[in-house]
Amino acid sequence: MDVTKIRADFPILSRTVRDGKPLVYLDSGATSQRPRQVLDAERAFLEQHNAAVHRGAHQLAEEATDAYEAARARIAAFVGAAPDEVVFTKNATEGVNLVAYASSNAAAFGGAADRFVLEPGDEIVVTELEHHANLVPWQELCRRTGATLRWYSVTDEGRVDLDSIELTERTKIVAFAHQSNVLGTVLPVAELVARAKAVGALTLLDACQSVPHMPVHFGDLDVDFAVFSGHKMLGPSGVGVLYGRRELLEAMPPFLTGGSMIEMVRMEGSTYAAPPQRFEAGVPMTSQAVGLGAAVDYLTEIGMDAIHEHELELVERALAGLAEVPGVRIVGPRDLVDRGGAVAFVVDGIHAHDVGQVLDDQGVAVRVGHHCAWPLHRRFGVAATVRASFHVYSTPEEVDALVDAVRAARDFFGVSSGDGSRGTRRGG
Amino acid sequence: MYQEIILDHYRTPHNAGLREPFDAESFQINPTCGDEITLRVRLEGDKVADVSYETLGCSISQASASVLTDLVVGKSVADSLTVLRAFQEMAQGRGQVEPDEDVLGDGVAFAGVARYPARVKCALLGWMAFKDALVRSEEKA
Repeated sequence: MDVTKIRADFPILSRTVRDGKPLVYLDSGATSQRPRQVLDAERAFLEQHNAAVHRGAHQLAEEATDAYEAARARIAAFVGAAPDEVVFTKNATEGVNLVAYASSNAAAFGGAADRFVLEPGDEIVVTELEHHANLVPWQELCRRTGATLRWYSVTDEGRVDLDSIELTERTKIVAFAHQSNVLGTVLPVAELVARAKAVGALTLLDACQSVPHMPVHFGDLDVDFAVFSGHKMLGPSGVGVLYGRRELLEAMPPFLTGGSMIEMVRMEGSTYAAPPQRFEAGVPMTSQAVGLGAAVDYLTEIGMDAIHEHELELVERALAGLAEVPGVRIVGPRDLVDRGGAVAFVVDGIHAHDVGQVLDDQGVAVRVGHHCAWPLHRRFGVAATVRASFHVYSTPEEVDALVDAVRAARDFFGVSSGDGSRGTRRGG
Repeated sequence: MYQEIILDHYRTPHNAGLREPFDAESFQINPTCGDEITLRVRLEGDKVADVSYETLGCSISQASASVLTDLVVGKSVADSLTVLRAFQEMAQGRGQVEPDEDVLGDGVAFAGVARYPARVKCALLGWMAFKDALVRSEEKA
């Protein structure tokens, strides 16, 4: 894997920021940068083949539809799914909401949809480390249906504590991240799937931080649903995927309704198309789907195993480098076992926001705050962390720049003389 | 952005701590980063007699709360709101607003924050809590 050659595909990586400092982009967990190949594919589609898909009988409409459906097929193959098991959504968040709202719509639908009905006392299980996208929609589903939300707690090492709760026959849905966007922890998918199956619960996997970074095969993982977003995997924003097992999507009622997803429409009522169209209301995002197809091609050409190896090397370097800086505490696993490319940490005596500011001044772009995982931060007793996240284009030199900048932050805030045991809570 | 004044207030915040009695209390959070503040106001007639607070947050939010107490304690409610408006105008002015040191005192040190939109909410957190506390104390009266 030639990282220098890869970086040349990403025009933005040659930018400077804050007074001519080279950009050190370590925020791919928030959004990834896009290679020229993806940008070109979107542009080419709009310049040569653009029309509204699944409508119109003219040549341009055929070309647009072919491009859209071909992208769907390549994306499906990338994650070990069949094309009709891939629903295009705006992003992963919308995908989770789709399943949640389909569940609460099920009662009014009847028929095959009955399998999704939730009743008071039923349970939805998540984990304490979930991104808000895989937590809040379930909270709201519980509010709508009277179901109860329960969760696996997280250990001090950042692992899911499989002994913290037991699933019951009332457990209907178990939703969990493949990889934590904060801790980098890779969850024990096989074990969680087995437990869910044992009680007849459906599983939903938040694959936002795994699909872009390692080989993922939803069929092999045996999950019922999965979500991921295009913009985290070198693809455009505004496009994401909900994967659903065929027989589940066939039984599921729609969430967003309108044009495109119908079978027959009368004033008195309508019937709905087969999946995946049933869940794709309105004119779809087209150049974005084509762009995501190009991103999948780009990633496939490099190879997901190679990308995974590359990122693990960077994580190892980051963990080792930060371990040498006094007062820096990693929040999450400190080893490489079942751990991916997000490294979150706190610096004693300096609020994450202030660390991020010094890093920013040095050209190092990280994320600071709770990273849409506020309960997880409360669990670790911290208001905010600094998170560096890597991708295919990240380099060892960039990791070194991160570590240097963290040292600089300690110097600036005057904690480097070792008196930095001052907490960040002031007042009482 | 990190003027020495700001770092001073961060290291040695003025009037820190939650005190009683008080007339109203406000709790504010910045959802983006998790900064939070609990702020109490005690009034004597029309005057701001005391502002006490406890913050969990970055240097900007903590220093700003400290400076706030220096600027409003002892003033009338009306005058303190004038200071608040001036501070808010500076903080939200994208670096285009020339702050008045006579009105804002140490607060002018936060002029640099205006050029970092992501930190403006940090600088305003304590002030919004103060404003909210004043409103609550009025509702009680």
